Amino acid sequence: MSKVNASTFNLRDRFGDWWDGTSKLQRSIFRVVLIGFFYALPLLNNPIIDTPETSFTSVLFYPLVMFSLMAVGLNVVVGKSGILDLGYVAFFAIGAYTHALLSLHTALNFWEIIPFAMGFAMLAGVILGLPALRLRGDYLAIITLGFGEIVRIVAINIEAIGGAAGITDIPGPTSVFGVEFTVMDPRPYYWLTLTLLLLVIWGVIRLSHRKPGRAWEAIREDEDVAEFMGVATLKYKLWAFIIGGAVGGLAGAVYASQIRSIQPELFTLNLSIMILACVVFGGMGNIWGVILGAVMLGYIPEKLRFLSDYRIIFFGLLMVVMMNLRPNGLVPRKKREHVREKQQ
Amino acid sequence: MDFSIIITNFWSLALDGVVVGAIYALVSLGYTLVYGVLRLINFAHSEIFMIGTMVVYFVVGLFGFTGYEDPLPLHKFIGIFLLFAVSAALVSGLCAVILEFVAYRRLRNMGASRLSSLISAIGASFFLVEVFRKISDSKNLDFPRLINKDPFFTWGTLYLSADKVLVIVGATIIFIILNAIIHKTKLGLGIRAVSQDERTSILMGVNVNRIITYTFLLGGVLAGVGSAFYMVFYETTKANVGFLVGISAFTAAVLGGIGNVKGALYGSFALGLIQQYTAAVLGYNWRDVVTFVILVFVLLVKPTGLFGEALQKARV
Repeated sequence: MSKVNASTFNLRDRFGDWWDGTSKLQRSIFRVVLIGFFYALPLLNNPIIDTPETSFTSVLFYPLVMFSLMAVGLNVVVGKSGILDLGYVAFFAIGAYTHALLSLHTALNFWEIIPFAMGFAMLAGVILGLPALRLRGDYLAIITLGFGEIVRIVAINIEAIGGAAGITDIPGPTSVFGVEFTVMDPRPYYWLTLTLLLLVIWGVIRLSHRKPGRAWEAIREDEDVAEFMGVATLKYKLWAFIIGGAVGGLAGAVYASQIRSIQPELFTLNLSIMILACVVFGGMGNIWGVILGAVMLGYIPEKLRFLSDYRIIFFGLLMVVMMNLRPNGLVPRKKREHVREKQQ
Repeated sequence: MDFSIIITNFWSLALDGVVVGAIYALVSLGYTLVYGVLRLINFAHSEIFMIGTMVVYFVVGLFGFTGYEDPLPLHKFIGIFLLFAVSAALVSGLCAVILEFVAYRRLRNMGASRLSSLISAIGASFFLVEVFRKISDSKNLDFPRLINKDPFFTWGTLYLSADKVLVIVGATIIFIILNAIIHKTKLGLGIRAVSQDERTSILMGVNVNRIITYTFLLGGVLAGVGSAFYMVFYETTKANVGFLVGISAFTAAVLGGIGNVKGALYGSFALGLIQQYTAAVLGYNWRDVVTFVILVFVLLVKPTGLFGEALQKARV
């Protein structure tokens, strides 16, 4: 990564210092309160955070928590392992189509389809990743870009899966724990996705602290050196790709079950770029930064409606500005050197 | 699948393939030249091409041509063509230089990673597409037909029309000029030197930043000229026109060996022909899928392309 300290103020380190000084009890309370707050969000009717045109509860589901889920998935690929994936929307599309087709043509319900949606997205990750991940970064970016577009073009051209008109009347999830999933109420979907997001965050943090996390970091910093040091780079890159894909597939299945009808045009390159912008803006490699990025980039255009027409212009500009002025994002990831300095 | 269509239309498809290939070649040279000096895929190059088509549309609009006109006499048409080709080339070239300055220079000087440059370029690319989408109101901008496109020469299934001849002759002239620039001028010497070994060329007194600026200018000018030919041949443009042309041109550059100027030419014509034949057999919708498959296949089997990296030594 760059050797430049773009800014001396570092939100992550400030928070990290405070966090290190807290006791175990304080941490648990903080976690519970924070998670409770997010679960309670759709119940608060606060005019300050309300969005003017779309109802706040549906904004919470899409884009906020959905972007967050996808950004956390993409972060494993782009942020943690340094693989630029421009076709992330393909995994999202595969998940959505899996749910749409299986729920219409088989007796499986949403909960039983979830493993299939993730499985097919992972399979696509293997098929694409096994050959493509041998290539260098910029070629890989073009290939993933192509993959995202191929999936969309193929979906348009195959009439058996709805062609350009897509698939309609997709069933939603069956009720669980007494919670009904209806078309009108986006709140259960928000809670569902939030739960999935928390599970994914937990899983990704677990992985990051273990061998795969160290391998990803080594690959991101210098792939050749990592390989010399005995890291099985292809294997770990492939795993990052597959895990990212699985999260994308999961997000796609939930999305399809909520909006009930999907068309290939929902899965354009723009969505890949938006998720990438969330990751870049928030801070590549840092899970909290990425979520903050997703929430801000999802929320601001909804709150300031006049911005939403120009959001891609804004996102594109943001990517250039961020890379030039603050390449590590709003909340950069923790640096190993920093940890060492503190110990001395 | 109907393969007989290839037999019956063999020569007309071949001609279209060469015409499309010539347009791709002009765009893919920009990718290849920039890759040569920077080892970087200029992701926003397709948008430089798009800006060229927009300039052509705008300049022709200044003349007040709308929709179908009576075909202009040839000398008048060539005059107007030169005017909009030159303006597209200038604006595209200028935009390419600005792009280099805004999206790449600072990152390069601070030694940022490849990923940062790539993301910055993608951001710039999206910014440009969306700005022009707003300006054009997401519409297809149709270019008036200024020239008689009826075939003036027929031989079997080969139909020669004025626009195709214009593209082929014009592109050939450009390639000859480019060849002279690269091999006969001091600028060309600089480009080749930086391509071979940046550090040594700095020691030899080459101003690398200036060479890089000129390389972007050259790539932008070529894309601008390509966009003028594109508009005469296809007669329509839109904000995301650059995407498919850019991917095709990039595929062509990779097919011929990225960084290799001659390879970009051969790759472009090969890809143009392949696209025409596959579109005839599989249908137009599958053309771009085929392009991507070729790209993936070449990168996996022979990443140095058919002709290898000749502009510079192969570097890890």
